[in-house]
Amino acid sequence: MIPEIGNLALVLCLILSMVQIVVPIAGAQTGNRAWMAMARPAARAQFALVVLAFACLVISMLGSDFSVKYVAETSSRLLPVQYKIAAVWGGHEGSILLWLLMLTFWMTAVSVFSRHLPEAMLARILGVMGFISFGFLLFILLTSNPFERLIPAALDGQDLNPLLQDPGMVAHPPMLYMGYVGFSVAFAFAIAALLGGDLDAAWARWSRPWTTVAWTFLTVGICLGSAWAYYTLGWGGWWFWDPVENASFMPWLMGTALMHSLAVTEKRGGFKVWTVLLAIFAFSLSLLGTFLVRSGVLTSVHAFASDPRRGVFILIFLVVVIGGSLGLFAWRAPKVGLGGRFGMVSRESMLLGNNVLFAAAAGSVLLGTLYPLFLDALGLGKISVGPPYFDTVFVPLMAPALFLMGVGPISRWKEASLPDLRIRLQWAAAISVVMAVVLTFIKGSFSFAVAFGLLLACWIVTSAAVNLWGRIRPVPGVSTSLFSRLGGQSRSYYGMLAAHLGVAVFVVGVTMVKGYEIEKDVQMDIGDTVAIGPYTFRFNGVSEGAGPNYQYQRGNVDVLRDGALVRNMGPEKRTYLVQRNPMTNAAIDSGFLRDLYVSLGEPVGPTSWTVRVYFKPFVDWIWFGCLMMAFGGVLAISDKRYRIEKRKARAAAAASAAMPAGVAGAGVAE
Amino acid sequence: MSRFWPLAVFVALVGFLYVGLYRDPREVPSPLIGKPAPQFQLPTVDNPAKTVTRDAMLGHVYLVNVWASWCVSCREEHPLLVEFARQHPVEILGLDYKDTRPEAMAWLGQFGNPYQSALFDADGRVGIDFGVYGVPETFVVDKKGVIRYKQIGPFTPEALNNKLLPLLQTLNSET
Repeated sequence: MIPEIGNLALVLCLILSMVQIVVPIAGAQTGNRAWMAMARPAARAQFALVVLAFACLVISMLGSDFSVKYVAETSSRLLPVQYKIAAVWGGHEGSILLWLLMLTFWMTAVSVFSRHLPEAMLARILGVMGFISFGFLLFILLTSNPFERLIPAALDGQDLNPLLQDPGMVAHPPMLYMGYVGFSVAFAFAIAALLGGDLDAAWARWSRPWTTVAWTFLTVGICLGSAWAYYTLGWGGWWFWDPVENASFMPWLMGTALMHSLAVTEKRGGFKVWTVLLAIFAFSLSLLGTFLVRSGVLTSVHAFASDPRRGVFILIFLVVVIGGSLGLFAWRAPKVGLGGRFGMVSRESMLLGNNVLFAAAAGSVLLGTLYPLFLDALGLGKISVGPPYFDTVFVPLMAPALFLMGVGPISRWKEASLPDLRIRLQWAAAISVVMAVVLTFIKGSFSFAVAFGLLLACWIVTSAAVNLWGRIRPVPGVSTSLFSRLGGQSRSYYGMLAAHLGVAVFVVGVTMVKGYEIEKDVQMDIGDTVAIGPYTFRFNGVSEGAGPNYQYQRGNVDVLRDGALVRNMGPEKRTYLVQRNPMTNAAIDSGFLRDLYVSLGEPVGPTSWTVRVYFKPFVDWIWFGCLMMAFGGVLAISDKRYRIEKRKARAAAAASAAMPAGVAGAGVAE
Repeated sequence: MSRFWPLAVFVALVGFLYVGLYRDPREVPSPLIGKPAPQFQLPTVDNPAKTVTRDAMLGHVYLVNVWASWCVSCREEHPLLVEFARQHPVEILGLDYKDTRPEAMAWLGQFGNPYQSALFDADGRVGIDFGVYGVPETFVVDKKGVIRYKQIGPFTPEALNNKLLPLLQTLNSET
């Protein structure tokens, strides 16, 4: 009964989505206010229906109703409760439903926080989002229905993929999808603006916070995914340039470019064409990522079951949405007009540099991801593109972006003076060079790559310090305390600083891990020791035991430093009862400056095992840096001007007039 | 017209994606297919004195199944092979890759032995000649000693029945 309710909710939602596409957009084109007003309730009702459907799936999952095919495929009786919930999005059908849930959530959020938007604009935005939801609903109902029955019912389920039975996996997909799908808002704003022909600064001001929120979620999502891969895949890597990872990384790169471009459009009215295009690209890459992951055209460690019917459907949907929006862009772009002029050296030109570099980075990741497919389609053979390509292409693109990150925020809008910039940044540059060289020598061995990475990180930090000092230094004749000057800066400005410093922290982590990590794969018998850096690892053998739905073999490894016990570690090798595939659960001792990582390989004798022992300096800085970037996003959204806008919008609930220009405009864009 | 390029690039991309949908990215052809099987002369797991050579197998259609006692996926495949060998007249050579004799013997004792001979490739030389890059892998060799098919990873019931069985029938009918 419950699955049928869920199914019915989805069917009703499909009908509603058609209404939401046609009526509000038609209303906006003809100026019919009643039709336009349909958008809000339709969006909210869609959300309610999808929540209902989702709840039905959760109930079926918790009740272990194995007469539902999807439940039988992704859950089992012994699966712990938290993973039964995670199993809701642990397979194809459920993860698409989660996608839809996020989309309708964003739609509802737009309908709530949009009192200041002109009615016609809102009608078009929700119409566009309604179209996307229509596509996904049709996809679910035609090819991927999670409520499909299994008759006769299975006695027990096939269990959730053991790789996904992990706390990180519970939170990773929802976060990632919030981000992915969140770019649909910026996309819908862009399409609505193209449809209505009013691409002004107000449009950029409205879509900016939405983009920042989506970007923040995506950052956290990718960060969780990377941390999960680090401790569950058992070989200590944190990024593999796997197609599925790339699928989430491309929208992130494009979204980063979009955020910066929106700042220019909002503040200076420039880059309009660019910004619209980036908004289309960011969401297109999210959709393309969904296609790549769901259609099975690429091989990946994440490999989901593939079904050509699904692939064909998503491809058609891609053609309609992306092709349609790019066509609309080609048709309307001449009307958009150019923004204000700016000099060769100005904040605009720096941000343009950022845009181009990030878009090029996204493009090269796309190329690398699809290159095997291109060659195969042309009959030129099967190849795989791996980290060597991505590392070679990515670093040269990101290094100049990191350099600009120091200069851009200090430059003036419109026209900056090069000599002035040189004077302001010369100390930052000098300190960075000295620190980079000194730090590399302290570590013992000089390596150019490490010195260069540290140089960029130091550069970001010192130039940010110069930037901040320029704003808070005492002005002669005005007596204010340092704290009041610090408090006088806007939150979006601090958000920008936090995000940029997060990048510096991230760069330090990557550089140090790449430069100084030690990995040893050794064969160990009871009592054997292996030394790595200052630590000695002693293998005390393996014991066996059982978890709720798995059996495990747990190694016992003592870590000694100067003869004293530092830590006892228990890396596990698990065999899940239903799927019978083995899983490594690495034991990790995390520290501020280093991680010790032990994972159990295969038994090679009665009591001897292969053991992987890794020493990973600064590896946690990678994820901490990502979280700082996300925190920067949070600060930027909590900026005063958005809160004031909201309050004012409430006061003038009925008014459809545009809001006054950004109140305490700051941040990336001042 | 610069405003049309995003659309043009996208259209080309869709073409590739469409073609890609109908291809299996996992299907990697081995360069050895169509070539003679590499020369080997190996002792068997149970008897170091008894050796099997490639040339002794000429005139027979046979499988070379690469396995090892340390290989986890082999445990998945092994019962299928045991069952397959029982039901169909097929000669399977096991290539015990980088293993030790006692463990290999214990393994065969525990999981059954589908092999006509289990060859002992302790240092993995023969495996390297065959281009093995993961265990299990299986090669099908025809009567003339030419490799005709390579299975990467464990056999599934579908692969055994839909691919291997028809192939063996054709190869056996060749002269």
